[in-house]
Amino acid sequence: MDFSIASILTLDGVTNGAVYALLALATVLVFAVTRVIYIPQGEYVAFGALTLAMLQQGKVPGTVWFLLAMTVAAAIAEVVHGVRHHQAANRIAKTVLGTSAYPVAVAALVWWAAPQNFPLLVQAGLTLALVTPFGGLIYRLAYQSLADASVLVLLIVSVGVHFALTGLGLFFFGAEGFRNPSFWDERFTVGPLTLNGQTLIIFMASVAMIIGLWLFFERSLYGKALRATAINRLGARLMGISTDGAGRATFTVAAFIGALSGLLIGPTTTIFYDSGFLIGLKGFVAAVFAGLSSYPQALLGALCVGLLESFGSFWASAFKEVIVFSSIVPVLLWRSLRDPHGEEH
Amino acid sequence: MKLIKTLVAAAAALLAAAPALADITIGVTLPMTGPASGLGIPMQNQFKLWPATIAGEKVNLIVLDDATDPTKGVQNARRFVTEDKVDIIIGSAATPVAIPIADVAAEAGTVQLAASPIGLPPGKDAWTFRLPQSNDVMAHAMVGLMKKQGVKTIGFLGYTDAYGEQWLKAITTEAEKNGIKVVATERFARSDTSVTAQALKLSAANPDAMLIVASGSGAAMPHKAIVERGYKGKIYQTHAAATRDLMRVGGKDVEGSFVVSGPAVVGELLPDAHPSKKVAMDFVAKYEKAYGAGSRNQFAGHAYDALIVMEKVVPVALKKAKPGTKEFRAALKDAIEGMGRTVFAHGIMNWTKDDHWGYTPETGVMLKVVNADWALAN
Repeated sequence: MDFSIASILTLDGVTNGAVYALLALATVLVFAVTRVIYIPQGEYVAFGALTLAMLQQGKVPGTVWFLLAMTVAAAIAEVVHGVRHHQAANRIAKTVLGTSAYPVAVAALVWWAAPQNFPLLVQAGLTLALVTPFGGLIYRLAYQSLADASVLVLLIVSVGVHFALTGLGLFFFGAEGFRNPSFWDERFTVGPLTLNGQTLIIFMASVAMIIGLWLFFERSLYGKALRATAINRLGARLMGISTDGAGRATFTVAAFIGALSGLLIGPTTTIFYDSGFLIGLKGFVAAVFAGLSSYPQALLGALCVGLLESFGSFWASAFKEVIVFSSIVPVLLWRSLRDPHGEEH
Repeated sequence: MKLIKTLVAAAAALLAAAPALADITIGVTLPMTGPASGLGIPMQNQFKLWPATIAGEKVNLIVLDDATDPTKGVQNARRFVTEDKVDIIIGSAATPVAIPIADVAAEAGTVQLAASPIGLPPGKDAWTFRLPQSNDVMAHAMVGLMKKQGVKTIGFLGYTDAYGEQWLKAITTEAEKNGIKVVATERFARSDTSVTAQALKLSAANPDAMLIVASGSGAAMPHKAIVERGYKGKIYQTHAAATRDLMRVGGKDVEGSFVVSGPAVVGELLPDAHPSKKVAMDFVAKYEKAYGAGSRNQFAGHAYDALIVMEKVVPVALKKAKPGTKEFRAALKDAIEGMGRTVFAHGIMNWTKDDHWGYTPETGVMLKVVNADWALAN
């Protein structure tokens, strides 16, 4: 190992780490606000990458039908909920409209736009617009009625949602993998390193996203409301913050981050319908580094995971995953020794 | 009294159902979901094209999904032998699933036609026959070409699973026989986001040729990574990568690489003298008529070959016993072991009592990617 190899490996590790960082932030965010350990976070990565791949081929992506199916399910859930609580018909209609208006509109837009062969950036925008509403719908369908359940129950629901999304992903996208074209093909040479445009875009998008999230939570009223829910659900409710609304907003942000990660990572590797899980899991490891609570630590953890992965595959490629996932054990030990607390129920 | 009446009625119902057992029942377990679904789905498509009768007997095809899960696969196989009383089991297309099914097949005395090249300890494969070529047969064709091209050293980049492991073994033995050395071995997984580190290490070893062991569209990512690191030597791919997905995903980076394949998917490229040419072209014509141009797939070819086996051995076994009986299952096994040289879409098969792999060594065809299409390599 000389300097040039080490620098190439570092670059590779940091690039992947940047994507893991986004996913780790989303995982921490979801856990903080809703106490859901969100295993299916990685699924959005695959959805984002595959939706863009389908748009590239001029086909209507499977996500359109998937989104419509979920919208119908969510609308039914709203109606059942409304009837059970003896709500007035026009109020139910209003909720249903509120839930389904955006997804149906965006699905129709993408359906129309798919064969038009728009430029790559427009298609990327459409992909983000299409995958983002998944978050809110998944929250409505799987978590909302269980919002007060224990962390363990929510975790089990997450595992179920993960399997459902992977299975449906196979149904809507097919078994074959896709690789997206690079957003920027330029190459730069810095010493022994060749930076390509896509790597720079990954860095810039990650940094922009992190700053954006920071501004959102520090400066906007809505972000502060989410933080308030994270700190004290009951207190937030008493202050007039809808916890359901907060949950739905959090999941929507998480879906947006996931889809963005998918767009970033799509041009560097082949994405299959089930690729997202492992990518998301590495983001989750990074989030665990941060004790599922601190954003800067999650960022640091993600970079560690990326570096560990790239150096691990250089020295012992057969044991790479073992190295990455075993690293969670000493971290957990250190975390539980440093701040011991009782089991949460 | 009432109980006895019920029992009699049940027995009568069972007897009435018995004639259905005279049909030939075939249990098929395939990975139609999960990581190997890309292999199972085309096979299922081909099974849909099977005729309703074989040798004048009605065929009951029971196709179940094993979800690329060994536990589910064994459950399916147990259901086949206990409830459905099948005459033969076909599957699975995923190696880790097909291996435990072999045990069930041997226990029940039912022939298994495995659609994946499964390695089993000696004696364990008494009832198991493999439809795909062994990696040894494919490595033979590959090393033959390497030798012709003057390759002396190979770098290996393969999946961390059974497929990668078997290929490493096959290529190491075959290469050693021909004075070629495997100088570097690296692994990766299909879901990896980057193989830069492995590619770096392999390029540093600078072998004459690089062998990538991966399947379908997953084979393009490591290929691109190696090219990106500036590797200029020859790159070889295995038969699991011999699909158009390689070109679709790999683009211009896979130009000029060498891929070993069974003859089934490249019928029109084969020289007229090749024995499988006619059968391979027939398979492709029928499959693409049903599923569209360019949809050909080597696993669908295995399902096609399974029909060739059945059409050849069922008439022989029918002379000895009736379908649905233990004797018929044993007769099927004997007929398969004695069926002799048979032309498959995938090559020349010659199963015997001692060899349940059966393909003759000249089965593998070496292809080259030229202008995003296949051409014969020589």
